[in-house]
Amino acid sequence: MQRNDLAQLTGFLALMLMLGCAIAAPQGGSLSSEAPTITIANGTASATPIVVVPFKFEGAGLPPETDVSDVVSNDMNRCGQFRVLPKNDIVELPTRGSEIKFPTWNQLKQTYIVVGREIEQPNGDVRVEFEAYDVAKKESLLGAGLAITGPKSGLRDVAHQVADIVYEKITGVRGAFWTRVAYITSTGVGNNIQYSLMVADSDGYNPQTVVKSREPLLSPTWSPDGRKIAYNSFERGNSSIYIQEIGTGAREVVSANKGINGAPAFSPDGSHLALTLSYAGNPDIYIMDLASRHSNQITKHFAIDTEATFMPDGQSVIFTSDRSGKPQLYQASINGGDATRVTFSGEYNANGSISYDGKKIAMVQGSGNVYRIAVLDRATGDSKVISPGNLDEHPSFAPNASMIIYAATEGPRGVLYAVSADGRVRQRLVLADGDVREPSWSPYRQRGQQ
Amino acid sequence: MKLPIRVLLTAVVASASLVACSGTKTKPNPNTGTTGSTTTTTTDHGNGGPYSGPEALDSDSCLRQRVVYFDFDKSEIRPEFQAAVACHAAYLKQFRGAKVTLEGNADERGTREYNMGLGERRGNAVSSALGAAGASSSQLNVVSYGEERPTCKDHNEGCWQKNRRVEIVYTSKQ
Repeated sequence: MQRNDLAQLTGFLALMLMLGCAIAAPQGGSLSSEAPTITIANGTASATPIVVVPFKFEGAGLPPETDVSDVVSNDMNRCGQFRVLPKNDIVELPTRGSEIKFPTWNQLKQTYIVVGREIEQPNGDVRVEFEAYDVAKKESLLGAGLAITGPKSGLRDVAHQVADIVYEKITGVRGAFWTRVAYITSTGVGNNIQYSLMVADSDGYNPQTVVKSREPLLSPTWSPDGRKIAYNSFERGNSSIYIQEIGTGAREVVSANKGINGAPAFSPDGSHLALTLSYAGNPDIYIMDLASRHSNQITKHFAIDTEATFMPDGQSVIFTSDRSGKPQLYQASINGGDATRVTFSGEYNANGSISYDGKKIAMVQGSGNVYRIAVLDRATGDSKVISPGNLDEHPSFAPNASMIIYAATEGPRGVLYAVSADGRVRQRLVLADGDVREPSWSPYRQRGQQ
Repeated sequence: MKLPIRVLLTAVVASASLVACSGTKTKPNPNTGTTGSTTTTTTDHGNGGPYSGPEALDSDSCLRQRVVYFDFDKSEIRPEFQAAVACHAAYLKQFRGAKVTLEGNADERGTREYNMGLGERRGNAVSSALGAAGASSSQLNVVSYGEERPTCKDHNEGCWQKNRRVEIVYTSKQ
């Protein structure tokens, strides 16, 4: 109870401060040095205020290392649509709906409140019970509350699922916090260089090595069921495309033609793989039937055609081509035929990532020596730059299109950023040694799946 | 559309190799030689051989030039590198068992897979030039590393120009 009293006291002081100077300025990354930091880029005036009250641990053993409410708070903050009340400003610590004093949170101008408990189970697992309320209406968003149980060591997974449920209840859009990212790291120099294909949680935690190589690895991409990753590896001396099961590590070479075998992308149903092959003379887009391994050539042009990605209906691909001089995005039917140009503003547009609804395309937009991530609204044809770097690349939409992950260069190394789709909130991810690049956001995860 | 480009390249290279084979010392053009490549003055037995044997790859100053540099987003062989290309073509023509891999590379600007294509385009340009000057296709192999194998990692033109290159790697010397 000492902890509660202390929290209430600091909370009270914080409240006094806040009442004195209206609503506080956007919070900075006040996380530990180990954690990825959140940068608020251009303010979040329109973000919805939400408070995630620290969850109370109920059990005989030590409390879990993971603070579930911290993970939920970070998720809500980094998506850009919410502004989480800083922990120091939380003046009361209700753990269930019946304990919430709504006037307190009304006064703090909070729209929503999340409360919960972590209950230790006889087998050591932890059952996380949580409730969410609309503060003004004093109404529960989740009925009598929900519960998710997981191992003590897996509470980050549970927390991301809590965040997903709350996010969906409020926004009407499925949450995508409980997802993963694949990316490539390179460490060492010269003959000691080591490339790794990694998979981590979407907030950069729990990095796992999928494959290591002394030769370049690039272009990891997820199968729609989230079980496999296709990538480009030079392990055989030339570029080849592998498909690897994440759970078992089993892998196979699906394309090792003469020339380039690159830029793999699964079809929405997982049955086909778009890829770039140059054995016929120059890089063109092909689509491989993964069952028969037969490939159909989709583009036939002397230009460089590459970086194909399927539209959500699976009937066409968006790809990069320099057929007009500089690289631009084009669209072609999976049955071939003429391609139509998609991007017209900007001298260099490449490497498209398509939102789940097909309405937006994130891409690398180059101007002079500056390359940034831009999002094209296909309805209006307008594109908006959402990253501030000089050599930003490889955007990849979250499965609900609320965020985009991309690679940036900072001095001698590459780092990853997750940015809200509107560009206002940016989080630096994955503090690995060496160079980090080529992020690819996973599809939604299914319960019970590795 | 592909054909005219090939034909044009062939013509350019053929004339370059003619110049080289006639014994004229083609010096690299200093105006475009901004790459820091080896441009040692030739004191050997002229560009284009005949060569005494595989040791010429180490001793002949023309054959020792194994890197061809390119302009940004371009795959045309610059004039100052055509002499070196002609020497390697002459060597490959003389030693039919010799083989080269042409490793195409790009600078870091732009996307990785596009740069893979750009590196290959450069490798193909050197391959076509060697072929046009007498090397046989069985002696020529092109691998593109895109921007994955930089020799220099700074983010400026001084560095980028060193990375936009084709490396001529002998996998068999005779």
